[in-house]
Parts: sequence; structure tokens; C-alpha cells
Amino acid sequence: MRTLKRVKAVALREWRSSFNSPVAYVFVVMFLILNAFFTFFVSRFYEAGQADLRPFFAWHPWIYLIFVPAVAMRAWAEERRSGTIELLFTLGITPTEAVIGKFLAAWSIIGLALLLTAAIPATAAYLGSPDWGVVLTGYFGSYLMAGTYLALGMFCSALTRSQVVSFILATVAGLFVVLIGFDPVTGVLSRFLPSGIVEAVASVSILPHFDSTARGVLDVRDLVYFGSTVTFLLYATTQIVNQRG
Amino acid sequence: MAELLEVRDIRKSFNGRVAVDGVSFAVEKGTVLGFLGPNGAGKTTTMRIIAGYLLPDTGSVCVLGTDAVADPVAAQRKIGYLPENTPLYGEMTVEEFLDFIGEVRGFHGRAKLRRIDEIIEQCFLEPVRHQTIDTLSKGYRQRTCFAQAIFHDPPVLLLDEPTEGLDPNQKQVVRDMIRRMGQEKIILLSTHILEEVEAVCSRTIIISRGRIVADSTPDELRRRSVTYNAATVRLGVPASQAEAELRRLPALAELRILEEDQRTCTVYLRPGDGRPLAPEIHALACEKKWPLMDVHTDEGDLSEVFRRITVTEDTRSAGSSTAQ
Ligand SMILES: Nc1ncnc2c1ncn2[C@@H]1O[C@H](COP(=O)(O)OP(=O)(O)OP(=O)(O)O)[C@@H](O)[C@H]1O
Ligand SMILES: [Mg+2]
Repeated sequence: MRTLKRVKAVALREWRSSFNSPVAYVFVVMFLILNAFFTFFVSRFYEAGQADLRPFFAWHPWIYLIFVPAVAMRAWAEERRSGTIELLFTLGITPTEAVIGKFLAAWSIIGLALLLTAAIPATAAYLGSPDWGVVLTGYFGSYLMAGTYLALGMFCSALTRSQVVSFILATVAGLFVVLIGFDPVTGVLSRFLPSGIVEAVASVSILPHFDSTARGVLDVRDLVYFGSTVTFLLYATTQIVNQRG
Repeated sequence: MAELLEVRDIRKSFNGRVAVDGVSFAVEKGTVLGFLGPNGAGKTTTMRIIAGYLLPDTGSVCVLGTDAVADPVAAQRKIGYLPENTPLYGEMTVEEFLDFIGEVRGFHGRAKLRRIDEIIEQCFLEPVRHQTIDTLSKGYRQRTCFAQAIFHDPPVLLLDEPTEGLDPNQKQVVRDMIRRMGQEKIILLSTHILEEVEAVCSRTIIISRGRIVADSTPDELRRRSVTYNAATVRLGVPASQAEAELRRLPALAELRILEEDQRTCTVYLRPGDGRPLAPEIHALACEKKWPLMDVHTDEGDLSEVFRRITVTEDTRSAGSSTAQ
């Protein structure tokens, strides 16, 4: 109970700090513009005239690659740079509470951004009658995937006192995690490596797990993948911020 | 036992450089302990260890019965900590920041709002209540950070240079607050202002190169000053007549004639062992029938003691390290 209150206090503080500066708004708007741009101008969603949101969700793994590290980069790097980490960790908060609070705050900002993309399914409803079950599963999967990127971004932010370094680290790490499951890449890899290894490597990637949810399939294995990856990364973050010099 | 803050033999080095080298002390309730020491002596590092922010390499810290090394979070609930350089969340307003502090310190709803009002009044933050912390002046930042430290009325306060950056009036206000709170709390404060130590501290520890080199009351430390009990005497006789007799005073280390004319002289007399000279001077003047016009006794000078202790310590260590 007390723990929950402290997690909430940390999350609210993060949320306030984010929205007291223009940065969070800029990121959210950027996210919406990227979504609209790729869905309408690159995938020609409107011209295709189909009430199928796959072209919309298909861009998410790539958009998150930029958007999520941007949201996550200041979480710990800025605490270190400004020295507030000393304040934070002498207030009687456990590192786990702080890590979870920060994660939830950033995740809810991403959730807000994701909600604001509702104009796109609305367009789909205008074009035809989309399968709302698939749309919801797609959103759910996208949100879980964002959480996974976010945990990675938080981890990278904890490694450094520079937001820029944190952003680059998280983007590169995210790119790696995406590419090892990206079909063109696995295609190339399977020419050199036995298929078992390629599959094993690809299963660590975020993409296959997201693809199934985007198709409307909720598989327990995907949930376990997202859940365990987030847990592991947040645990690792806790260990890093908990070093106490 | 439970009313003690106990630090036992803590050591801490950073990349092989020793910052704290075996510091031990115990402080009981009702004490304001002043930490003195040159820059880089290890004051901040010691405080950070007690506050549970840094882990000592060895040693233990016990805060009112709680082991602060094994369970820093439990210890932190009993501690209010004002870090050096007042780290604060710059994008928040003062009120938002204190709201956050209230929440994590276990205040909610009405009780929290009431406490925020109290603290804002106590720390004179009303004019900046809705101001963004990044735009505050240094003194207001300091006060906001101080407010954060005392928010939950903790039994132990660690204040790292609490009056740094405050104007003289605010310095006085903060010192009064520390003195008042010091009656029922354990307060550790570090400072470079020696008058502050004399004004508020009931005990002083001087740290140099990570070690405690003096642990006493400010008064006792002042008495170690070479000028302690030195007397400046004005006599109604010429110096030529008095000097030889005065030189016979026991344990006299220095005699200087400051002023003289045909009928009077002013003489500075310094004892070698800090004993009071005034009674003997009185007795001598009486015996010789000298008119004794004025005797002023020096109370000693803390800054001279500080300099002597820390400088000799520094040069000694420097000498031994070059010898190695
Ligand atoms: N995080 C750190 N990494 C490396 N060295 C450190 C670190 N923190 C402190 N030190 C070193 O430890 C020594 C003691 O520093 P500390 O800050 O405790 O001194 P201080 O007594 O508070 O000095 P000041 O009066 O200047 O505040 C210094 O030599 C400092 O350079
Ligand atoms: Mg210091």
C-alpha cells in the first residue's frame, strides 16, 4: 500500500515534469505526424480504400524506434546530470519503486500518444467496417511493444548522464532487436546459418511477437515475451541505479 | 541506544583515492554537531554514507537503532537530508515539488496540504510558491531544499552547508531554526563558516583527509588556540619599569610592548599553555602598586585552531606520501 503510494508519487512527479516542459508535447505531436505520414502517404492507406489497419500498425516498430528512446532518454540520465538522483535516493524510496514509477509515467505518456492516433481507425470505419477485435488487439500489442522498447530505453538512460547518449544507445539497441527478426534480414542470415539458429535468434526479436498481435492473434507466448523482457530490463535498471557509488 | 546516531569506522575510496578513512563517532539526541574541514576532506562523502546514498567500503552506520548500510530506506525515513549544491527538480514549481516530497514521505490529502502550508511559512517560501524552481535565486533554492529536508519532521537532520548562499538575515533565521530543532533532534551540519559553528553547534568534529583530527566542543577547541587567554594590559607606569617584572610571569611565551609613553604602557602577554594571566597580573600590579588601567583577555580564535590542525595534518600527510 505504502509502496503503491510512493510509486504513484514518483510517476506523478515524472508526469508533471514532462508536461511542465514543452518537450513531451513535441514528442507526442511528432509521433502523431509520423504515424499519419507513414500510414497515409507511404502506405497510401486512404487510397487503398480498405478498412484494414495493418498498414498502420506495421509502421509502429519503426516509429517507436525513434519515439520511445526520446521519451525515455531523460528518465535517469537527467537525474544523474542534475544530481537529483541523490535527492531521489535519500527520500526513503526503494530503487524498485523509483524504476517502476518512472516506467509507468513514461508508458502512460506513450499510451496517451497512442490514444490520439484514434483518428486512423476512425478513417478505417469511414472506409468500411474494420474488425474491431483486430484493431483492439493491434493497439494492445502495439502498447506492449512500446513498453518493451521503453524498458530498453530506461535501461539505456540509467547507463549514462547524457540524454543524447541515452537516446543513441536505445535507438541502436532497439534497431538491433528489430532487425534480427526483420524478414529481409533473417532471409539473408538463413543463407549462411542453419534455420534452427536463425529462428532462435529471430524469436528474441520483438517483431514476430508484434506481428501476430497486429494480425489480431493474442498468443500467451507473446504476452510472456513482452512481460518477461520488460521485467528483466526493469530489474537490470534497478540494479544499475542501485549501485550507490 | 535507540537515541543515537552511530558511525563506526567507515571508509570509502573512489578509484583507489581514499575519501573517508576510518571515521567513527556517536551523537546523541539534542546535539548539533558541526563538521569542519578543508575542501575535499570528506565531509560530504561521510554525510552521503549516513544518508544511505553511498555505500561505505567498510564500517557501519546505525541511525536510531536502524542499520543504515543494510537497510538504507528504513534509515532514510528517520533522516532529513539537505544535499550539497541543492539538487532540485527544476521544471516543477516549489509547491509541486513539496507536494511530491509530501507524498513520498507518507503525507496525503488534507494533512499533506496543511504541512505544505506550514513548511512554506516556516521557510519563507510564500513569495515563490508558484514559481518554477529553475528560475529561483540561489537563496530560495537553498530554502526549498531545506524545506524538503524538514518536511517530515525527522529525528535526524543531515545538512550539508545549509546556509550557503543565504543572505545575512536568512542565515540568522536558519541558524535559529537549527538551534531550536537541535534541542530534540540529532543534527549534523557541515560548514566552512566558523562563526556558524560557534553560534549553533554544541559539538565540533574537524575532518582532514578523511580522518577525524579533532572532536570536541567549539569552546574547548577555541581554548586550544595559541592566543587563548592572551592578555592586553594597560598600566599606569612606563614600560621600562614594568617589563622586567612582567617577564617573570610563569609560562609566559610572548611579551610585546604595543604602546608606551612616559607615564603608561600597553603590553601584550601571551601564555605558553593557555592559562589565564589576569589573576597574576592583578596580583603583581597590586604588589608593585602599579595603576592597572585595563586588562583584556583573548577568548581564542577558532579559525587559528582550524588552520593549525588541518594545515599541519595536510603537510604531514603530504610529506609522508612523498616519502613513500
Ligand atoms: N563520486 C566521486 N568520485 C570520485 N571522487 C569523489 C567522488 N565524490 C567525492 N570524491 C572525492 O572524495 C574526496 C572528498 O570529497 P567530499 O566531497 O567528501 O569533500 P568535502 O569535505 O565535502 O569538501 P568540500 O568542503 O569542498 O565540500 C575528494 O577528494 C573528492 O574529489
Ligand atoms: Mg562538501
